Formats: sequence, C-alpha cells, structure tokens
Amino acid sequence: MRYVLRRLGFFLLTLWAALTFNFLLPRLMPGNPALAMLGKFHGNLTPQSLNALEILFGVNTHKSLPVQYVDYLHQIVTGNFGTSLDFYPASVDSVIGGAIWWTLGLVGVTTVLAFVLGTGLGIVAAWRRGGRLDSLLPPVFVIASAVPYFWVGMVLVLVFGIDLHWLPYVDGYYVATDSPGLNLTFFEDVFSHALLPALSLLITTIGTWILTMRNTMITTLAEDYVRMARAKGLPGWRVMLDYAARNAILPNLTGFAMSLGFVVSGAILIEYVFNYPGVGFMLLQAVQGEDYPLMQALFLLITVAVLVAILIADLATALLDPRTREAR
Amino acid sequence: MALQATVETRRLPSSQALNRIGRAVRSNRKATAGTILLVIFILVALFPGVIAHDSPTLDAFKPHLGLSSAHLLGTTAYGQDMWAQLVWGTRNVMTIAFIVGLATTAIAVLVGVAAAYLGGLWDGSLSVITDVLLVIPLFPLLIVIAGYAHGGGTLVLIVVITATSWSYTARQLRAQALTLRSRDFLEAARVRGERKIYIIVVEVIPTMTSLIVASFLTNALYAVLFASSLQFIGLGDPNTVSWGTMLYWAQNNAALQTGQAMWALAPGACIAALGAAFALLNYAFDEIGNPALRPVRRRSLKQRPIKQRPIQQPPVEQGERHAA
Repeated sequence: MRYVLRRLGFFLLTLWAALTFNFLLPRLMPGNPALAMLGKFHGNLTPQSLNALEILFGVNTHKSLPVQYVDYLHQIVTGNFGTSLDFYPASVDSVIGGAIWWTLGLVGVTTVLAFVLGTGLGIVAAWRRGGRLDSLLPPVFVIASAVPYFWVGMVLVLVFGIDLHWLPYVDGYYVATDSPGLNLTFFEDVFSHALLPALSLLITTIGTWILTMRNTMITTLAEDYVRMARAKGLPGWRVMLDYAARNAILPNLTGFAMSLGFVVSGAILIEYVFNYPGVGFMLLQAVQGEDYPLMQALFLLITVAVLVAILIADLATALLDPRTREAR
Repeated sequence: MALQATVETRRLPSSQALNRIGRAVRSNRKATAGTILLVIFILVALFPGVIAHDSPTLDAFKPHLGLSSAHLLGTTAYGQDMWAQLVWGTRNVMTIAFIVGLATTAIAVLVGVAAAYLGGLWDGSLSVITDVLLVIPLFPLLIVIAGYAHGGGTLVLIVVITATSWSYTARQLRAQALTLRSRDFLEAARVRGERKIYIIVVEVIPTMTSLIVASFLTNALYAVLFASSLQFIGLGDPNTVSWGTMLYWAQNNAALQTGQAMWALAPGACIAALGAAFALLNYAFDEIGNPALRPVRRRSLKQRPIKQRPIQQPPVEQGERHAA
C-alpha cells in the first residue's frame, strides 16, 4: 500500500512539474514569443479567445506571476486550452480530438505487436543461448538502436512506396478519393496507409524488447528452480515458458506500460515523414505555424499520456511482484 | 571487487581504469569496431578539407547531378556538392556529440555522486529532480523549447539538449556511488578527516571511471540522435552544414520522390554509423562489466553446465529515451 501511495505521489509531483514547466517556458524566453504570435492574429480573435490566450501565455497582463499561475492552472484543469490559430476558429480541444485516434490506432497496435514479437524472440534467444538467433540479435539491435526512427521511415518510403509502388506513403487514407466512413474500402484504405509507418515503428522499437527479455531471461535460467524443473524431467517448452520466461517477464511488462507513453512521442517523427494525421504530425505543424496554444496543449497531452502509462506500470508491478508489496 | 582490488584502485585509480579500458577495446570485437568508426569520424571532423575539395555551401554546380567522379554523391537541388556537405557536416554533429556528451556527463556525475554520497535531504531532492526529468518525454519537450526559441542554431541545441538529457545517466551513477559508500577506503578517508568535496572528487569519482565513460557514450549517442532529429524537422538553424539539416532540405525538396535519394540516404547512414560507434562501444562496456552477457561459444556450452553469476538487472529504459 505504501508503495502504491508513493508512486501516486510521484505521479502528482511529475504532473505538477510538467504543468509548471509549461507555464514558465513562454514567460522565461527572451521577449515572450507568444506576444509576436498574438500580434500576427491581432483583430481576428474574439475577446474570449484572446482572454484565454492571455491567461495561458501571460501576455498583456499586469498581474503578478503567482496570480497568473493560479489563473493558468484553473484554465488547464477546466480543459480550456484556448483557440487554435492555424485552425481558427476551432478550439484546441476539438482539433486534438480529431487527431488523437490516428495516433492511438497506429501506435497502440504497433506497440502491442512489438512487445509480443520482441518478448517471444527474446525468450527463444536466451533459451538457445549461443544459437544462431542469440549470436545474431544483440549486435544487430545495438546498431538498430543508433538508427534514427525517421530515417528508417524514409528508407521504407523509398523502397516500398516509390521504387516498388507497393504501398501508399502519404496521409492516413486517400484524402482525394476516399472519405471517412464505416465501410470496407475505407478500412482497407486506412490499413494499407498504416502499414509502412507501423513497420518503421516496429523495426525501431522491437530491439529493446528482445534485448531486455533476453538479458533478464539469461539471469533467470541460471536459477536453481529452473535447474530443478529440468531435473524433474519436464518438457523443455514448459521449463522455458512456465519457469524461466514467467519469472523473467516482469521488467518487460513494466517496460511495456511505460513504452506506451514513450512511443507516442517516438511516433512524432514517423508521423511527420508519412504526413500521418496524428498528434505528432500536428505538434510539428503547430510548431512551424507558431500555433502556440495547440503546441502547448499537445505537449501536455503527450506528457500526461506518458505519466499515466508509468503510473499504470507501477501499479501493475505492485500487483504482479510480491516483493514490492512486502517492501516497506 | 575484492579488497585487494580496492587497494590497487586506491593507489593509481584513473590510469589503471584507463589501462583496463584500453585492453578491453583490443580484446572485444564490438569495442574494436566502435573505436575504428569513431576515430574515422573524429579525423573527418578535424580535417574535412583533405577528402572534400569543394565548398559545402557554394551552390555553383549544376543542380540534380547524379553520382560522378567530380561529384561523388551528386549535387543537391540547389547545386551544392553533396559529398562536400556530408564531409563538412561531420564537424557540426561531432561538436554537438562531444560537448553535450561531456557536459551532460559532468552534470550526471555531480548530481549522482553528490546525491549518493551526501545522502539525506540532498539525496531526496536531487533524486526527485532526476526522476522527474527522467519520465517527462524529452523529445516533445525539446520540440517545444526549440519552437519557442525559433530554432536558434547549434548553441541553442547544445544548451537545450544538455539541460534536459542528463538524468538517465545521473541515476545510474547514483546507484553505483551508493554501493561505494560503505567501502573501507572511503571510511579511511573520513577517519583521516578529509573534507567531503575532497572525498567525492579524489576518492569516489576516480573509482567510477568505467561507468563514467559509459555514461559519456550513452549521452553522446542521444545527443547525435536528438540534435539530428531537431535539425531534420527544421528546429536547428537550416543554414548550418550538418547531417540533420541535409535531411531537412532533402525532405523539403521531396528528394526521395524526385530521384535524389542520395540526399536523404547518405546523411542518415552517417548518423546511424556514428550512433552505432557509440552504441557498440557502450554495449562492449556492458559485456566487460557483465560477464554473463558475453557471447558464448557453442562447444563450451554443451560440454559443461554453465555457472553464471547473478547479474545486475539490465536497464529497462535503454533505448526508450531514444524517442528520436
């Protein structure tokens, strides 16, 4: 219980830190950048949206910093992130609402796939220690960890999109000829568009799963209970899965929940390369268009996603690992 | 480490550790490959003019040229020599990698060791700061800061990446420093009445040399990836000559679609190769420190049951911070 409370406290602390970062950043930058942004849109904004932006970015105000801070927190907690300037007059909330499903779909499915495949490969690699898989994997993935995500995407675009003409590589569906709806063509469309970005994410993230699983499993395989299981004459696959893998999977499980948040941010560049209409691509558009309200909200969204994922991972660890329950 | 080893380390700490590192580099194949790659890139960064005779910024050539002996990698859509850009661009990336690597490692050593050694309130507050920075997604944070700063060039990149990305290695260093705390030679120094700052700088830090080198390698790898990614999306100064900005211009000119694939392929491959140099060295260090992870020969595995020491938990987050 104490462990859970401590993790919960840490979650709240990091959340507060992120909100405060976000509050201080535009105010600390030399010559508040939001001022220039507002100048550009001067006269086009309704008084309400102008007011919201003034609270969020601390421009045109004579209030003291602590008072601004309270106003800002109130604004954020009530979910009012102001008006998007690129998509004016749509509110930031509604703009993000349209993009988030694309990211959740792409990143969610890919992460689950990477986790299952990677953990499986890691188990087999450790079990056949010194085998072909085991001696090949580590160096390959050491190098893969150094390759920029976005560049893998570009290479895939070149090979499968441009040279072979197998798969589409721009947008989330054929924007010109298709329209979103609950029909088979649209699903096929979305699926074929998601393949290349998903593959790039898979290639770049799977290595972590394999290596972590393999390294933990190697430790577990040396334990006495595994030797005991072997001595009892249990079939090899049972020893591998029920005795060794089951006890080695904990670091990977916690890593899984954590990575859900991290992959969201890792997908930013992949979405950019493929013009994929998710939150990552939108974040970069917002930065380039100096749409600070949208940028701020997206940053907070991604951060909160990561923090929630980590909290879930911590709680799952408490549930699965008796040691954390006993430890005081 | 046995007592004897501790005593030896005590006598000539850092030069011994460096000797050990040197021996390890020669005997481990991953380390050898990493070192060779790194040395090549350092030489290219120092003397780019030797192998690239054209100016990297001069747009004096015919645009869209293919590969030829005059232009090894062809020319860009602006008529710049791509080989020259690639070679001269090494300098920018290496500068960022080394400055950020050294600065973040210095911060990490200071924070990690101070937290572990001073303990109490110091440890509590420094650890919380480290942990908070560790879980906040760095890449979006970097994007936002760079966005507010309007892509202020290499210096801004260096400052921003340094300020945000030291936490991971600080945590590792703290963990190791904690295990050192109760060692006899530190006790002896305390009994001698040495000041805390003396003990940290002269006694604790030199015994951690190999982990500090590993931290530098990790941080340098992240610096390369983060900086290149930020430059790629146009958040550096687009006029600097570097691999990231080459990719930025390639993407902006639809280089892949217009048959100029080399514009995007070459700098990306260079980033990967430099990153691999750091990663290979780092992995080799892991193997040296963790004998259980070393590759095994098949024959010896079959002949006798392996007896492995329990090893430390491998870092789960490895690569996860690599959001770029």
